[in-house]
Order: sequence, then C-alpha cells, then structure tokens
Amino acid sequence: MTGAHRGIVRDALGIGIATGAYALSFGAISTTAGLSLLQTCALSVLMFTGASQFALVGVLGAGGSVWAGAATAGLLGSRNALYGLRLASLLEARRWKRPAASHFVIDETTAMAIARDSAPLSRYAFWATGFSVFAFWNLGTLIGALATHALPDPKVLGFDAAPPAAFLALLAPRIRAREPLAIAVASGVVALLLLPFLPAGVPLLAVALLAAVYGLSRRPS
Amino acid sequence: MWAGLLAASAVCYGLKLAGLSLPQRWLEDPRIQRTVPIIPIALLAALVGTQTFSTGRHLVLDARATALMVAVIAVLLRAPFLVVVGAAAATAALLRLV
Repeated sequence: MTGAHRGIVRDALGIGIATGAYALSFGAISTTAGLSLLQTCALSVLMFTGASQFALVGVLGAGGSVWAGAATAGLLGSRNALYGLRLASLLEARRWKRPAASHFVIDETTAMAIARDSAPLSRYAFWATGFSVFAFWNLGTLIGALATHALPDPKVLGFDAAPPAAFLALLAPRIRAREPLAIAVASGVVALLLLPFLPAGVPLLAVALLAAVYGLSRRPS
Repeated sequence: MWAGLLAASAVCYGLKLAGLSLPQRWLEDPRIQRTVPIIPIALLAALVGTQTFSTGRHLVLDARATALMVAVIAVLLRAPFLVVVGAAAATAALLRLV
C-alpha cells in the first residue's frame, strides 16, 4: 500500500465516522416520525442517500403521506444521476460491478473520487469511501433508532426542531453563491405560501417543479 | 408504508444507476447540468421553511423558529452536522422547559 492509498483509507474512515454521527440523527428522526426500527434500518441499507432519507421521514413526521415523502426523496436523489455521469468515465464499472457501484454513488464518494490525480486512485477512493460510509451510516442509523426507541417522549427533547436543522446543514454548502441563496429563500417562502392550500408534502413537489422550470428556461450565464 | 419506502428506494437506486449507464450526452445537456443542482436547493429550503413554521396546514411561530436561528448561527460558525442538529433540538427543549 502506497502513501497515497494510506491517505485515502484514512480520509475514507474519517468521512465514514462523520456520516455515522449524522446517521444517529437520521435514526432518531425516523423513529420519532413513526417508522419502525426495521423500516428505519431498511431505508439506510436500501436507499443509502442521506438527504433523500431525511426528506422522506421529514415529510412523514409532518403528517404527509408516504407517497409525498417518496416523491420528494426521489427528486432529491436526482443529483446522484449527475454524480454518476461524472464518475462513469473514472470508474469504468462493467458487468456486475456497475450495479454494485451504483449503490455507492453519493455526495461523499463522488467528492473523494474526483479529487484524485489518476483513475486507479479515483476508483480506490470511491470504493474505500463507499464501504466505509455504508458501514458507519447503517451502524449510526441502528444506534440512533434504538436509543430513540428507549425514550418516553422524543418531542420533549426538541426532536421536532431537529429535521429543519438537518436540512439547513445539508443546504448550507450548496448556497454559498448569490443565485443559489436567492433560489433557497424564494423556495422557502413559496412553500410556506402554498402550504395552507395543499395536502402535506405537495408544496414541496410544487416548489421542485417551479425550480425545474426556472432552471430549464433560464439563459446560460 | 413498506410499498412507499421500497418504491422510493428503488427510484433513488435507479437514478444512481442511470447516471453510470445512460449515454453521456443526455446528461451533458447544459440545461440539465444547470437544472439538476437547483432542485435539491429548492427542496431542502422548502423543507426548512415548512418544517420550522408550520404544523399540519397551519402556519405557526414557536420554539422551532428560535431553534432554527441557533442552527443558522451554528452553520455560519461551520459547526459539524451533529452539533447543528443537537443545538437546535436542545434550544427547542430548553424553551419549552421555561
């Protein structure tokens, strides 16, 4: 193992542990929203994309239907398709490797893979980060869900204030420029204006649609 | 419930697989490149707004608003994820105790 490989493993473990800590709050929020232990853990194994999972349980916790939550989760997962596009030429995953690699196409693995100098190191970083994040993400989810199951009334602990803070933390790195910040503020305001008139979860889909129309119609900058 | 969870998981997996499998030029369309990153921004911001300032279909102003302000400060200070979430939850819990 070269120094570059050792550095990648160290970073992958660090990112895994950080996402594991963040999975604790997913496990807790999901359980508070009413999902069972098995359902919560199944989401982390099968969906394995953080923002989508938080959105799904967030919509459920706010009284929306599972289908409104599922649609929101799917829309949030659309960015992973663009990550896959960037990774396709680096990974060169063929046959059985492609379906396996697909499951690991998330924010963290993409960031780690594209930051390398050569395609072999990119592949190494992708898989190392994928396995590390998958292991710690699922472990954190299980611990968070188990701990919350043991609590008498999670609302007393302010757990209803946790999801918006989680969404804000996910949003923050994406709105460092003026235009994304303006889009974020407008989206929040429009969702609140629509909220009294639409079933729970639907304002989110309306905002996503408006954002898509804006993106497709806007002139290239 | 399970059907919705499994369907959402399948859609999320399908999107990942599509990125690795679809002809590159489909996703290289500049309009797609500009639009796809906007959607998470719009959705996450809408989630922040609705889950802070509403209960059911009613707009409300309660402890969650103060908790969000604390979360904003934590984010501006570049606090780790768990600290941002923990600070917001603790703020709401404390306000309700008082």
